[in-house]
Order: sequence, then C-alpha cells, then structure tokens
Amino acid sequence: MSSSVTSETRRRRGIFGSRGGGRRRDRAPGEPRYVAFLFLLPALAFYLIFTMLPLLHTVWLSFFEWDGLSLGTWAGLDNYREILNDEDIRGAFIHSIELILYYSVIAVVVALLLIMVIQRAKVRGLTFFRTLIFLPQTIAVVVVAQAFVWIYAPKGPLNTLLEPFGLNRTWLGEFSTALPALGFVGSWMTFGLAFVLFLAGMQRIPQSLYDAARVDGATLWQEMRVVTIPQLRNELAVVITLTTITALRSFDLIYNTTSGGPGGETRVPSVLIVLNAFTYGKVGMASAIAVVLTIIIFAVAILITRIGDRSEHA
Amino acid sequence: MTTRRDQYTAYIVLGLFSFLAVYPVIGIVLLAFHDKGDNVTGFALPTTFSFATFEKAWVGGNFASGLWSSFVVAMSVTVASVVLSIGTGYAFGTMRFPGASLIFGVILLGLIFPYEATVIPLYYTFQQFNLLNTYWALILPQIGLSIAFGTFWMRAFFRSTPRSLIEAARVDGASSWTILVRVLLPQAKPAVLTLSALIFMYTWNEFLLALVMIQDPSLTTAPLGLSFFATATRAGDPTAVAAAAVIVALPVVIVYVFLQRHFIRGVTSGAVKE
Repeated sequence: MSSSVTSETRRRRGIFGSRGGGRRRDRAPGEPRYVAFLFLLPALAFYLIFTMLPLLHTVWLSFFEWDGLSLGTWAGLDNYREILNDEDIRGAFIHSIELILYYSVIAVVVALLLIMVIQRAKVRGLTFFRTLIFLPQTIAVVVVAQAFVWIYAPKGPLNTLLEPFGLNRTWLGEFSTALPALGFVGSWMTFGLAFVLFLAGMQRIPQSLYDAARVDGATLWQEMRVVTIPQLRNELAVVITLTTITALRSFDLIYNTTSGGPGGETRVPSVLIVLNAFTYGKVGMASAIAVVLTIIIFAVAILITRIGDRSEHA
Repeated sequence: MTTRRDQYTAYIVLGLFSFLAVYPVIGIVLLAFHDKGDNVTGFALPTTFSFATFEKAWVGGNFASGLWSSFVVAMSVTVASVVLSIGTGYAFGTMRFPGASLIFGVILLGLIFPYEATVIPLYYTFQQFNLLNTYWALILPQIGLSIAFGTFWMRAFFRSTPRSLIEAARVDGASSWTILVRVLLPQAKPAVLTLSALIFMYTWNEFLLALVMIQDPSLTTAPLGLSFFATATRAGDPTAVAAAAVIVALPVVIVYVFLQRHFIRGVTSGAVKE
C-alpha cells in the first residue's frame, strides 16, 4: 500500500496536479460510503458560504453601478469597459505584473543558485540557516511594512550605506524607485518559501545523478539544467504559482507603505478594489476589478500547472 | 567530491542570506529600544536600555485589546478549521463516494483563491446581519478560507495511515466515527499540530479582512492596530512604531521558534507532497 501511495505521490504535480478520488486506479480506498458526506458537510458549508458564494456575489455586483447605499443600477459590461479604457486601472494591473518579477522570478532564481551552492558542499547546520531564512514568511506583512519603511527612510540604513557612493534617494517617495523598492520587499518575503521548498526537494534528489553528471564533466550550469531543475519541477511549479499569486495580491504591503503613491506609481488592483469599494463608493467598479484579478490568478495557476505537466512528459 | 572551498563558499553564502533575512527583524527590534530623538541606522545599539517605547506603543496603540482580539480570532479560527478539516480529510482520504473528485477540485480552488475578491460582498452581507464590528465577521470568513489548505493537509495524513488498521477496526464492527476518534486521531497529533500552527499564523497575521470589517477600536486586531498606530505616529516617533511592530510580531515568532519544524514541514510537504 505504502509503495502505491508514494508512486502516486510522485506522479502528481503541483497544486492542481492532485485530484480527489475517482480517477483511474488511484481511487480513495474503501467501499463507497455516503457517510462521507456527513464528514464533509460542515466544512463544505463554511467554504461555500464564505468563499465561493461571495465570489459569485462579486461577479453579480460587477454588473452594477452602485455606491453601496442607494439602489444600484444595472450597468452591464460598463465597468469592464472602463477597466480596459482607464489608464490608471490598467496601470495598476501592469504594476502587479511587474511585481511578479520580484516576488517570483528573482526569489526563485536566487534560491535556485543558493541551492546549487549548498548541493556541492556538505553543509552542516542547515536546519539553523533554514530557520533564519524562513523567518520572513512568518511575520505579519504589516510588521514587514514598518521595518522596510524604516530601512528605506531618507536617513535610514539603506541610504546610510549608499551615501558614500552618492546613491541615496527617497526610495518609497520617488516615481522610478517606489515600485522596485516594494518589489524587493516582496523578494525578501518570498525567498524563504522558495528556499525551504527547494531545499526539501534537493534533499530528495539522488546523489548518483550528480555524480553521473560530474563524471560526464558537466559544468555547474549543466548540472543545474540537467539534474537540479528537472528534479525540482514539482517544487518549481508550486513556488512559482504561490509567489506569483502573492505578487498579484500584495495588498497588505502596499497599503501599509505607500498606499499606492507616489502619484499612483505603486497602485495595484487589490488596493484599487478597497479604495473603490470603501472610499470612492464605486462598489460595482471594485467588484469588476476583483473579478478580473481573480480570473488572472486562476489563469496563471492553471497555466503554470500545465507547463509543469508538459515538461514532465517531454 | 566536496572541496574545502565549496564548503566555505556555501557557509559564507548561507550566512549572507540568513543575515539578509534577519536584518530587518533585528533592525526593528534595535530601533524599538532607541530614543525617539536618535537617528537609528544600521546596527546601532541603543545607549540606554529601557522599555519606554514599548510602554508608549502599548498604550498608544491599545495593544492589550489588539492582542486579545487577535488571540480570540486566531484561536477560534484554528480550532474550528482544524476540526472541520479533520472531517473532510477523513472523508477524502479514506472513503469513496460519488462526486469526490469534483468536490475536492472545488476545495482546491481555495488554495489560490484571492479573497480580495470576496471582501466586498462579505462586508455588505455582514452588514445586513448586523455582524460588522464583531469577531464573527473575522472568524467565520477565515474558517471558510482555511478549509482548503486544511482539507488538503488532513487528506494527505489520512491517506498515509495504514489501510489494514482501518480494515481491522471495521471487521471488529467499529463505526466510521469510532475509527476516526479511537484509531486514527491518536496518530494524527503531529499533523494536527502542524496544521494548527500554520492556520494560527495566517489568521494572526491577517490584515485586509480586519480593515474592512472592523471600525470599533475595541475590536481591532493587532495588525490592524499597528497599521493605524503607524499611520498616526510614524512621522513623529518611528521608535514607538518599531516597538508596536515588535509587539505584534512577537507571539507568532515565539510560536515559530518552538515549532519551526512544524512550520517548515507544513509548508514543504503541504505544498508539494501530493
């Protein structure tokens, strides 16, 4: 039994790679049991009532023009048209896509490099390093925001470090630096997740694969391309999905640092959702942005899973 | 194959990244111990040691109440979500029933679900039921949000339990309830602890829902209190804001220090195992 579980485990990939019972031979074991529904129902009720139902409700609201107080008026697709035409809103979506570069790409690439370095050396005390590197993942983003507001402050640590080189600036206050500065906070936050996942994956890679590669005279880069990356495909799919989603959301960080400023340079969809719904009284518009954001997030997750699956068969 | 140089490089690089990960945290702790007049950069150690900034933050940010709110909400969400997820995990992990794939697929959507997309209707629905400015407005939606990961996690646990155990119990005439409570749950402690630690952390750190649902200052959670306090105080006294940040982060960091294996196991195997 346990061997069939592990082989199934290996076959399944990423977040969407896994399915409930009912597929081919990997059915959940046991006889059909309707009693299962008794165990499912309470949780399912919470889940549907507090996540899926509101989501449908958001879709419904997105077809209205509504200030949240008086009677709403049917607006059809007007809100969606406005999203396409409004430069500020489009800009917010573009900002969140730029953030993916930091939250996901940079964190993943650097974590992979770090893993490579560790792989070559037999390092002791990894648990200790891992505990420290994962720490940012456990801290409330509101707290992280305070730490980095200080680090990026005009007279903060970063500028003190850069002043001798004349590179100091108002990181969160200037148009060109605000978004990248927040992006690096994102890298800082997601790096720990990428690292511990890759590390766990790396420890499962048989040493023989590396030995074989080295006998064949593989360079570090070839080792990475031929052994590490294919073997970590699973972890890569999960990390890229999770960090990309974090980047696309990123409400807590931006609300607590720049609130979208300066001049809207760090505005992202999640901030626009809250502003439109609860400050500007444009609930329909906020809902439409929320729907578009959800579609993008679901699409990204499915896309990454697909790519992960395809590279598996290649 | 491993050379000395490889090893030194690895330690240096690991040390560097550990430093980068920890620096903002240590920095803000050090900042919190400074006087508000000090311009604190880098690793400047405070010249005097006092908790004055913490007292200021504690009172100014109303954190006695904030920590209590966060605690009540996080504990309620954790207990309820774990209990509910044991049910779903048990069903998906050990039973066969029509629609299992479909239902599980729908629940998996919750793993990537952007709940930014639900706060708007949640706000208006809770308003209708007069539940804004209550703990319910924070607890109920977050139980819903935690079900996805909880189900995923507990299902993996129940799948890993030996079939023979369940079958033997069944032959002895045990009901599915008895099997769960008497046979399987006693082995589930580590899995349950891991899940609890993660849900507690996520709920404690939650911000957006509190921002939308809570206006009453006596009910603000710790992160929300920190956000308000920082906005009001940052320009005048960054050290008090740093102290407030430390107060908000400390409970989770303490839990993390003691249960770090669980946190990391939860994230690594939870994300990839299946």
